[in-house]
Order: sequence, then C-alpha cells, then structure tokens
Amino acid sequence: MLTKEQIAQRIAKEVKNGQYINLGIGIPTLVANYIPSHLDVVLQSENGLLGIGPFPTEDLVDPDLINAGKQTITMVPGSALFNSAESFAMIRGGHVHLTILGAMEVSENGDIANWKIPGKMVKGMGGAMDLVASAKNIIVAMQHCSKDGQSKLLPSCTLPITGIKCVKKIVSDLAVLEIAPQGGFILKERAPGVTVEEIQSKTAGKLIIEGEIPEMIFD
Amino acid sequence: MINKTVKDAREAVADIPSGAFLMMGGFGLSGIPENCISALLEKDINGLTIVSNNAGVDDFGIGLLLKKRMVKKMISSYVGENAEFERQLLSGELEVELIPQGTLAERVRAGGAGIPAFFTPAGVGTEVAEGKETREFDGKLYLMERWLKADFSLVKAWKGDTAGNLIFRGTARNFNPMMAAAGKITIAEVEELVPAGELDPNQIHTPGIYVQRVFQGKDYEKRIEQRTISKK
Repeated sequence: MLTKEQIAQRIAKEVKNGQYINLGIGIPTLVANYIPSHLDVVLQSENGLLGIGPFPTEDLVDPDLINAGKQTITMVPGSALFNSAESFAMIRGGHVHLTILGAMEVSENGDIANWKIPGKMVKGMGGAMDLVASAKNIIVAMQHCSKDGQSKLLPSCTLPITGIKCVKKIVSDLAVLEIAPQGGFILKERAPGVTVEEIQSKTAGKLIIEGEIPEMIFD
Repeated sequence: MINKTVKDAREAVADIPSGAFLMMGGFGLSGIPENCISALLEKDINGLTIVSNNAGVDDFGIGLLLKKRMVKKMISSYVGENAEFERQLLSGELEVELIPQGTLAERVRAGGAGIPAFFTPAGVGTEVAEGKETREFDGKLYLMERWLKADFSLVKAWKGDTAGNLIFRGTARNFNPMMAAAGKITIAEVEELVPAGELDPNQIHTPGIYVQRVFQGKDYEKRIEQRTISKK
C-alpha cells in the first residue's frame, strides 16, 4: 500500500512540461514536492495566483499571500495575481490543463463526490464544483477503501456528487486506474506488493483487467 | 475629482440598518474589511445577510458578527473554520446558502456588470442544480445562475485615493473588486489613503466609480489562519 507521499509521488509522474495545474487541499498539495525540477509548470491557486512557490521562511511570511487552503506561501518569479472572477474564468475557460484533487467516492462512470456527508457538518464545496465541471484532465488522489474497509470506487456514488463524468484517472493507495469511456475502472498499475485479486476484492465498481498489470515504479 | 473620503469606519457604516444585504471581501482572513467589521460590532443591528466566500473564524472576522448574533444568513462557498457558526447552523438560528466558489465570484461580477443571469457548467447534475434552469450549448449542459447585488459592499484595499480608486495587494484582492462593483453603496477601507493623483492610473484595480466611501483604516491585525513555514 502506498503512503500519502507515495500517492503524491506517483501522481507527479503525470505532470507534463508547460502545464498550468490546480492542486487541491491534502494529498494533491504534496504533489508539488515531487514535480521534477526539469519541468516548467505553473501552479494555480484559485484565490488569485498563478505561480505558487514554496512555503515561506519565517522572515518572508506575508498575510496577503496565501493559497486556497489559507496557508502562507511564496510566489515564483513570473507569477501573476488576479481576482476570484478572473481565477474561475481561467478554470471554466479551459486554460488550466490539469486538476488534481481528493475524493470521498468515485463512480465507474467518472462521477466524483468530495464535498458533503449528509448528517455531518457541511463545510461547502469551495471551488471543487467549478474545477471538476471544467478541467480538461482530472486526476483523483484517494484511499481505495474507507477506514472500515468499504470500497470507495463504486458502481455509482452514494454521497452527494460534486461533478458528473469528469474523473479521468485515479491514484489510490492500491492502484492506478483510468475511467473507461463506456464506464468501468481500467486497472493500469498495482502498488508494490499488492495483487490484482486484492484490488478486485476492494473495488465495488466494475474493474477492467486487460493483460499483465505492472507494479508501479518509484525512482 | 469627487472626494469620497469619510472620517473613519464608524462614519462609513453609520447608516447600515438591521436586515441589510451586505457583501464583504476576503478569502479566509486575507483581505477582509477588519475596520468595518469592528465598527459594525459597535452598532445595535441584526438580521444581516452577508455574501462572503468564508465566514471568518470564531474570534476574528465575520465570526465576531456571528458571535453577537447579528447575522441571519450567510451566502458563501466554504464555511468550515468556525465552531460558533456550526452551533448556530445546527440549531437553526442561522441560514446558509452554499455556492460553488467560481459561481459565487461570477454572480457578484454579474451583479456589478448588469448581467442578470449567465450559464455555467459548475454544479450540473448536483444538488446545486435543483430548481435551476439547465440548458445545452454545443453538446454540454450548463446551469443558469443569477446575479447578486448588495445594499452595501464592504471591501478592503492596500492603497486607495480620495477619488475611491483602489489597488489591492497579493491574494488579498480575491472577491474585493467584484464586490466593490456590486454594491449600491460600496465602502472601501484602505491601509494607505493618498490624495487623488498620487496613484498611477495604470495600476488601478478598482476604478473609483464603484466606490462611494473610502477611509484610512487603522490597526490592521491581518491574522494568518495557517502559518506554514519552510525551514531553509
């Protein structure tokens, strides 16, 4: 099984040179630590920044410079600042190439649920619904099963959904999977030491297995 | 040039009545109108509706207005950082309307720009779409969303001049420019107020036409929610 850091590390391999990328809160934020330094990419923060840099050192902390998770950040050279309407214009307008976010459930047709658990305190969807409705490529970072062992990769979502038919790829602690155009989770890679049978038993939605499934390779 | 200056926050918010529909700039605690919030706390009003991306924390920002039970309804995209908020919500004392963040920004922008409605893909197929018109354009479904306008918009800028022109700093800009345009009366508090003519017109983010009152703010706390430090 992969750690959170390893999930982030595997997702970082999907990043391509020249991309503008929005990273969600949690594991997706960790992806920034593993993007190879030879790639030129720009990270977008939906509260109004292109060009997120590392967290600041103590002397550079600036309350006027935070990311969407309200963490203090820095800007890389060449950054641009803008208002929230402009920020979502670039998201809805399809200018952001890649969105990486977490999920509570994903269905086999690519629906995602990640904002609300009925009966619990509802905090809101933030920018997630705008992002999933518009991003060209959405990769989900998630745990394959809940803490009590229930699969989170389902025939259809049981929680209120955030967006329909939008997820392209999932990196879980057990596997890399793609959503098939006609529906179903196509198993692409296994986490080291995890068998196809285990992934099958922990995937409630339709799992598509074609040929030998390689183990993930970590550098 | 028309002079928009008022003496201080107290004078700026003096005519905001109970039941007013307000917008407040800010993302988290960044770029919030701290001085106006303090001045509102001194007033004996309630039943406010507030459009703001977030609802502050327990002891700062809009959280202070909630604690004093001045707020009837919040219209926001994310509200999770506030225990008193949660208590009032679960007990039914407070109404909340949750809106996707980009839709919220665009509804406010539309309000200021005179666009009564627009179509967005955000929320299609979700509970956000309930009761709203859906229409297909070029093979994809979109939701119709309406504009938002306020009786009073309270915004915070880095620099401003006496004509009401505003310049924001960093990610403290966020919702402030659209809210400035969407308020019937827009009150801008600024960290540095200068005479008209001293700001470079090329650098103005919000033209003074949108601002009815501007004042020199003071004692900015600029609290940080998640102080995240790198060691090196």
